[in-house]
Amino acid sequence: MPETQKLHTFVLYVENHPGVLNRVASLFRRRAYNIESLTVGHTERPGISRMTIVAGISEGAAKRVEANLYKLVPVLSVEDVTHSATTSRSLALIKVEAQEESRHRLMEVVRVFRARVVDLAAQSLVIEITGTEEKIQALVEVLRPYGILEMARTGQVVMSRGARRKPDDPSAVLDELSFEAEASQSV
Amino acid sequence: MADGYARASGNVGVALATSGPGATNMVTGMATAMMDSSPIVCITGQVGSKLIGSDAFQETDITGITLPITKHNYLVTRPEDVARSIREAFLVAASGRPGPVLVDITKDAQNNSCSFDWDAAAPRLRRPICEPSITSSSLGEAFDLIHEARRPVILAGHGVILSGAECELLAFAEAVDTPVALTLLGIGAFPASHPLCLGMMGMHGEAWVNKAIQESDLLLAFGMRFDDRVTGTLKTYAQNAKKIHVDIDPAEINKNVPVDVPIVGDLREVLRQLLPQLKRTVHAEWLARIEDSKQDSAVRDIQSLPDDGHLYAAHVIDELWRETHGDAIVVTDVGQHQMWEAQYYRHERPRTLITSGGLGTMGFALPAAIGAKFARREAEVWVVVGDGGFQMTMAELATIVQEKIDIKIAIINNGFLGMVRQWQEFFYEGRYSSTPLLSPDFVKLADAFGIAGVAVNKRAQIRPALQTARSHAGPVLIDFQVEQEDSVFPMVPAGAALDAMIRRPNPLVERATDA
Repeated sequence: MPETQKLHTFVLYVENHPGVLNRVASLFRRRAYNIESLTVGHTERPGISRMTIVAGISEGAAKRVEANLYKLVPVLSVEDVTHSATTSRSLALIKVEAQEESRHRLMEVVRVFRARVVDLAAQSLVIEITGTEEKIQALVEVLRPYGILEMARTGQVVMSRGARRKPDDPSAVLDELSFEAEASQSV
Repeated sequence: MADGYARASGNVGVALATSGPGATNMVTGMATAMMDSSPIVCITGQVGSKLIGSDAFQETDITGITLPITKHNYLVTRPEDVARSIREAFLVAASGRPGPVLVDITKDAQNNSCSFDWDAAAPRLRRPICEPSITSSSLGEAFDLIHEARRPVILAGHGVILSGAECELLAFAEAVDTPVALTLLGIGAFPASHPLCLGMMGMHGEAWVNKAIQESDLLLAFGMRFDDRVTGTLKTYAQNAKKIHVDIDPAEINKNVPVDVPIVGDLREVLRQLLPQLKRTVHAEWLARIEDSKQDSAVRDIQSLPDDGHLYAAHVIDELWRETHGDAIVVTDVGQHQMWEAQYYRHERPRTLITSGGLGTMGFALPAAIGAKFARREAEVWVVVGDGGFQMTMAELATIVQEKIDIKIAIINNGFLGMVRQWQEFFYEGRYSSTPLLSPDFVKLADAFGIAGVAVNKRAQIRPALQTARSHAGPVLIDFQVEQEDSVFPMVPAGAALDAMIRRPNPLVERATDA
């Protein structure tokens, strides 16, 4: 199907067991979709994790990815938030070469981007920035001429704007489920 | 075997294997069940939980290996979790779109003890396995298309059998006077003798079936998934047809073929909701047109063909159908004989053809037939298998003898991996590579196991051999030494349009009336 690919963002609630990440990632692999970024973390509910996955796929394929994800037993809810109003953030740590003469200009860049310097050494400094992917990318481009020594990025986390959940939000299913905070799980 | 049991009975089949090589040997079986939506639970042993990850003796990461070929799998490391995992496994295997579930149990979880509490071991799945979406608007759209259609065709797949919807399908087809084309795994979902039954569609489907699909203005896809073997090239597939797709798996919707009205749900339930509001329709003109197109393709009254001294597989299958009155459970392997069986054995009831469709697993027939016989003790079970596939799992002859399983085996022996040979003949200038096959003397082999065996190489011997086999109490093996370079016709070459078929070149098999 020669549909054009675009970045789709999926938000998943999953049971927090060993191997669940593997199941989810493996699904993208075997359907031959490339994951751009993936983040996992705890939620406000014990035993439930939240994943944000960004992948480049066509519109039609996105629906099937959603359906296939939902077929995984430990996946509790799936939502494609690509077309919803969302707030999206990621974080990057960037280590830049910083000689005496360039340090001042670097500090100015940091100020303009509302980033922070979190480590300072004789020949380098580490900048922390939080924001949208676009903002981070813009900073990276500005820093590149100074010499980027190292960079670590988290990938996006995404949350819908406004009230906590829409009534038809698939993650509303979580409210109907009783969760026992269970430590031991063999799955 | 578990798969054969599941397909013959409709219940969940169970297979047990040891860790390591035992587990990896089940991989093909699980992949087969996954592709064909067959509910099985596979239980494997695993090394002690403290040894996991240490490359211990007979350790293998079977939950990792089977991730993409199971609906779900479990690694159980504590005796307290055994009961619940097994109960969940059965639930997951049988619900929604059925499939295989693996439960891998470590040695310590097997050997240690715990107090058993049935209630505490209740399945703890946090949401339903499948959530259907049968909406009144989608049903309404379906009604409109059904009532507007002038050239409708029903495409009935395995889903009809899995949801037990054959009665509803029959009522539906009769109410709207719509012909039914079957997928390979849908065979038996609709009685072959019914006037509305078109037969099998796809790569080796009859020409009139594929032609009807290409000319139709409405396809009603019931529990089928538009596999590449049934559509031919998608670019030209049923271009003028609206499509209604009913499937329990939402991931199948719009996967290969874009559809106009998707309905996600259990087929029987959907048909039950559709039936009461259907307006009775007659499609006499359309049915007559299909009937017309049959004339120029095949009559296939192959009984009245003169005997030219050759033994054709088609005759073997035809005689088998006649002798068993179409009543046997036939378990086929994969290849030419599988297609000939699908073309010439006319199945009237569901679960009477058991075959590996999606994965096309050679070696499937013999073990699956053992499972089928366990499921249906009273039924007459025939294995129809090629000489290639038979040799892949013929060790199960020992199982048949050991467990006193009364199944009859018909080997369609042509000395080739026939289907691949056929492709090499058609598409690779007859350069036969790795397809000629050396077989042992199958009759002697049967004899070594204490199984009655007979070789047949003349058409006149088919019927007596079948009759003897049927009246013999216990397993029988018949080695049908058929024409070596016969091919399955008609055939849609891979990637060609569905109605661009290679027709039978041999008038002897094509047109009985001309003979």
